[in-house]
Amino acid sequence: MTIISINNLFKTYKDSEIEVHAVNGIDLSIDEGEFTAIVGPSGSGKTTLLNMLGGLDQPSSGTIRIDQTELAQLKSSQLIDFRMKNIGFVFQSYNLIPVLTAKENVEFVMHLQGRPKKEREERTMQLLEAVGLKGRENSRPAKLSGGQQQRVAVARALASKPRFVLADEPTANLDSKSTENLLNIMEELNRQEKITFIFSTHDQRVVNKAHRVITLEDGKIINDNRKNS
Amino acid sequence: MITSVAWRNIWRNPVRSGIIITAISIGMFAGVFSATFTKGWMNQRLEAGVETETSHIQLHEPTYRENYEINQFIRQGVQLADQLSALPEVDGVSPRVTIQSMIASAETGTGVKIMGIIPEKEKQVTKLSQFVTEGDYFESISRNPIIIGKKLAEKLKIKLKSKVVITLQDADGNITGGAFRVCGIFDLTNSMFEEANVFVRYNDLARLGMLPEGVAHEIIVHLNDQKKLESVTQELRAKYPELEVMNWKELTPELGYLNEIGNLYTYIFVIIILLSLGFGIINTMLMVVMERVKELGMLMAIGMGRLRVFLMLMLETTLLTLTGGLIGIVLGLGASFALQEKGINLSNWAQGLEDFGYSAIIYPVVETQMVLVIILLVILTGIIASVYPARKALKYNPAEAIRTE
Repeated sequence: MTIISINNLFKTYKDSEIEVHAVNGIDLSIDEGEFTAIVGPSGSGKTTLLNMLGGLDQPSSGTIRIDQTELAQLKSSQLIDFRMKNIGFVFQSYNLIPVLTAKENVEFVMHLQGRPKKEREERTMQLLEAVGLKGRENSRPAKLSGGQQQRVAVARALASKPRFVLADEPTANLDSKSTENLLNIMEELNRQEKITFIFSTHDQRVVNKAHRVITLEDGKIINDNRKNS
Repeated sequence: MITSVAWRNIWRNPVRSGIIITAISIGMFAGVFSATFTKGWMNQRLEAGVETETSHIQLHEPTYRENYEINQFIRQGVQLADQLSALPEVDGVSPRVTIQSMIASAETGTGVKIMGIIPEKEKQVTKLSQFVTEGDYFESISRNPIIIGKKLAEKLKIKLKSKVVITLQDADGNITGGAFRVCGIFDLTNSMFEEANVFVRYNDLARLGMLPEGVAHEIIVHLNDQKKLESVTQELRAKYPELEVMNWKELTPELGYLNEIGNLYTYIFVIIILLSLGFGIINTMLMVVMERVKELGMLMAIGMGRLRVFLMLMLETTLLTLTGGLIGIVLGLGASFALQEKGINLSNWAQGLEDFGYSAIIYPVVETQMVLVIILLVILTGIIASVYPARKALKYNPAEAIRTE
């Protein structure tokens, strides 16, 4: 079942007289349960595409549909609500809330959604266990390693039971062991809970794990390779 | 949870928050202490004015206050005073005869207002007897005793038991005079009053002034509850339309406005302090927002709406302000309570103050309503100071903010 359909997507930046086509006519569809990596050199449009998929940036033209919802049709407040309910984010530099513990960071989105306390606590503990951080739930980010922080970020991204998770260079700041660990966890969540992951990455280890690899260059898809899992 | 995040965010940079909290605390300490000091000062002046000078309500013959003529008296004033003292709202009534006259000692003389009072009745309406610091209250001298103010005693260069001569125009228009002996000297906080008023017994003055029996130039009414001032004034006006009935607010409007002026002064002072602190708070919060661009972008990306981000920053600013504000308010109240017993001695400036009727020792007064208003002003400052930094935060595009290093 297709979750994301992208049609003829463009994103153009104007810098005085020069026009830069960060995304230059992309058509793409992503199915539920995919484990997809978007790769390409710096400036190829990976992050711009991910930002538009996450509703953080508006396309210059073209459409993005998530399930039956066209993102461009949503008002700003509706878009925030849509993101909260449907999209999980994992960022390159973790971006956890430093004053909250691991548990509170994971709970935060559910709190914004107004979920009951009992449900929040159960899901948080379940997710922290899934990412291997049981016992560290009361640690603040500063007391966790980079890999552990990114695992909290993954748990946070999944807390709201999103339709898909967007991960922008999630392993860029991690060592090999932490990367391996994180990828295994995400792959496990993908396989067992059918969670759709879309990564932008330079990291060959992520590419190796991905079931589908989309290669961008100059804002265009130049290769879309599905592996047999 | 947003409140918890806002509170914890304050302590991310304890030094910076500590500095602004200390600044707010000092400012609010000054504001609160100044408020209780001013309140105490004004209340003392008010109390001195009402309890020793005017009392609550005065009744006169309608034209008496135009030129203080000896013949413009209330007939059967003493009897009327007895009737008024039966009213349930009244706890004391004193009929007085008052005559403008000259008083002379062996050394010099001056013009004064002589008040002929019935000592026991006067005790119920003013605190004159309590302010007699030398001698006594019409007790030691049986013939023509007089009580004068300290300032007047200094001016006339007289002491206790000294003889003074009073010269006045009697009811028949003849110049007459009488010798009186000082039996008491009163010391108020109001030098002007001390210098311009003397007290003798009702009968002595009425006899000297050839006044008909039982008359009074003014009837002074003291109420058991100040809150009933307006209603009793109206009631007496309706009951005695042939007399002029005035309460202390009308008789001495400057005293009536004193309380309001004191409050106004306090609020203006506190608002100026908060205004200047507000800029410090804005500066601190702008630094906070600029340091947290990436985090704010992340919060907006994961679904924290702009209103919630705004609310979080507003809460953070308000909690920061309130923390400093409450510390300052508690310190200010603590200092005020500590000084409530002993008072603050301004005796170095006392002479100047007493010339204007103000006490040299100030006893701070804590008024709950004023403290609540100050707390509200502190909260309001926090809210207003948060608007600009919070609005700035909302202008960030989440995608760009996340990429900020």
